[in-house]
Amino acid sequence: MDVILFLIFAIIAVVSGVNVVVQTHPISSALSLIGVMGSLAVLYLLLGAEFIAMAQIIVYAGAVMVLFIFVIMLLNAGAESKRGRSLVAQLLGFPLLIAFLALTSYFVQRLYTNGAVVHFGGFQGGTAQNIGRALFTQYLLPFEVTSILILIGIVGAIVLARKELD
Amino acid sequence: MNFFLLSIIKAAVIAFVLLTTLAYLQWVERKVIAHIQVRLGPSRVGPHGLLQPLADVIKLITKEDLIPSHVNKFVYLLAPFLAVTMALISISVIPFGPEIKIFGQPTWMQLTDLNIGLLMILAVSSMGVYGIALAGWASNNKYSLLGGLRSSAQMISYELPLSLAIVSPLLLSNALSLRRIVETQAGSIIHWNILRLPAPQIVSFFVFLIAGFAETNRVPFDLPEAENELVAGFHTEYSSMKFAAFFMAEYANMVTISCVTAILFLGGWQPLFPVAWGSNYVPVAILAAAGLVAIYHGLHPARRLDRLTLPAFGLIFLAIAALFLIPAGQSALLPLFWFLAKVGFILFLFIWIRGTLPRFRYDQLMRFAWTVLFPIAIANLLVTGFLVAWRS
Repeated sequence: MDVILFLIFAIIAVVSGVNVVVQTHPISSALSLIGVMGSLAVLYLLLGAEFIAMAQIIVYAGAVMVLFIFVIMLLNAGAESKRGRSLVAQLLGFPLLIAFLALTSYFVQRLYTNGAVVHFGGFQGGTAQNIGRALFTQYLLPFEVTSILILIGIVGAIVLARKELD
Repeated sequence: MNFFLLSIIKAAVIAFVLLTTLAYLQWVERKVIAHIQVRLGPSRVGPHGLLQPLADVIKLITKEDLIPSHVNKFVYLLAPFLAVTMALISISVIPFGPEIKIFGQPTWMQLTDLNIGLLMILAVSSMGVYGIALAGWASNNKYSLLGGLRSSAQMISYELPLSLAIVSPLLLSNALSLRRIVETQAGSIIHWNILRLPAPQIVSFFVFLIAGFAETNRVPFDLPEAENELVAGFHTEYSSMKFAAFFMAEYANMVTISCVTAILFLGGWQPLFPVAWGSNYVPVAILAAAGLVAIYHGLHPARRLDRLTLPAFGLIFLAIAALFLIPAGQSALLPLFWFLAKVGFILFLFIWIRGTLPRFRYDQLMRFAWTVLFPIAIANLLVTGFLVAWRS
């Protein structure tokens, strides 16, 4: 059951991911990206990380992508026309992709030789309590640094907006 | 196997009741607004217009379903589907009552209890924005696009105070599962999160309610469909069942918000005062009184038809009141009564406010969210956090 669900949603994730690049219309690409994020959330759920799955949907699919779609709608961006690609990209693109995939799978095989790394539902630390405790003890410094980074982003946005107003 | 069968039966019952409620909620809304405006409301189809929802459903199904030629077909068809699915899913984690026994089989009056139930409702409702935003974009119509833009901006803005208002009662209940949240509020009204020590959540109750109104695009926040400037907003180009899907989504969101308010702040299925003080007889008293009033008015009719219909309604009310006296059913009916009473009160509030308040202007709407509601929600969260930490 777990394996079947994993395969279904892994395939959806990969197909949507490819679709993001292939589609010419920005809205279609954004919708495919939502598909990627939704199926990633299901994969997290299968692993037993329920809180992260929901956070993934609320933050990425629910907030970030709504903003993307909002901006695309606001700019009323149309479909992009395909331009001719350079000879180098046409010739080397596909072989390079294959080489990259081969390298990745080789290193994964080398690094994790002892069989399966992840079990479905084997991860028990996925509740909100566990995540909260980990954030405020083990990962306190990265957590606070991230919050300062976000604060800088907010201040920067306001400064830019003020410049427009003056 | 028993569990499987029971789950299917529960899902069927909940789906049937929810869809009927959605249809009749519209009848209630039209009636209440009519009486606020000193009119009669629907009164032709069936006694007191009670069959009007059925007539509406038949009308919507049989209407011509046309797809304008200039729309983006895939997204245009996806949008109403998305809106109504996301609106209906969240009912699956709402608990209607405690554990009961059906034919000796213990079961909860709830489809499924996730220990992230509340987060799931938030996630699903945040996905519901896409239905409206994409409908506006795919229609390829300037009014629809403006409606879609307005609704996505509004829903993003009001989601922040909404989520912040949810956090404070969570601090008091110390759980994310909706069932646990209700169980921690057992006792009487002073144990409900809205009045519970050490940090009564009256402020966050109102913040949540206001943000909930904005999330469901209801008056006074119904700018995405402001008819005097945007024709019908995001659903201008939709007809027949696709239009009905948006309508159903709006009412289902209303029901969800009301259920979540009742669970988070008003103690879910917990009675108003302890059983020792006789709270078990409240539903009997209320229903019997309603039945007697209906029968009295039936005997002194204002219109000719009332002589027939009102005593019939009175007898139905008395029969339901008698049901509450049977000990076997009490364990299921009493919690259900309290839960439905609270949800019904909040739904009535939705309709009442629609009949009372005018619409906001768009800049007022945004300023209100960011400069009033958001700081209040943060301040309330801080105070609650300090009080809870000080108490423990």
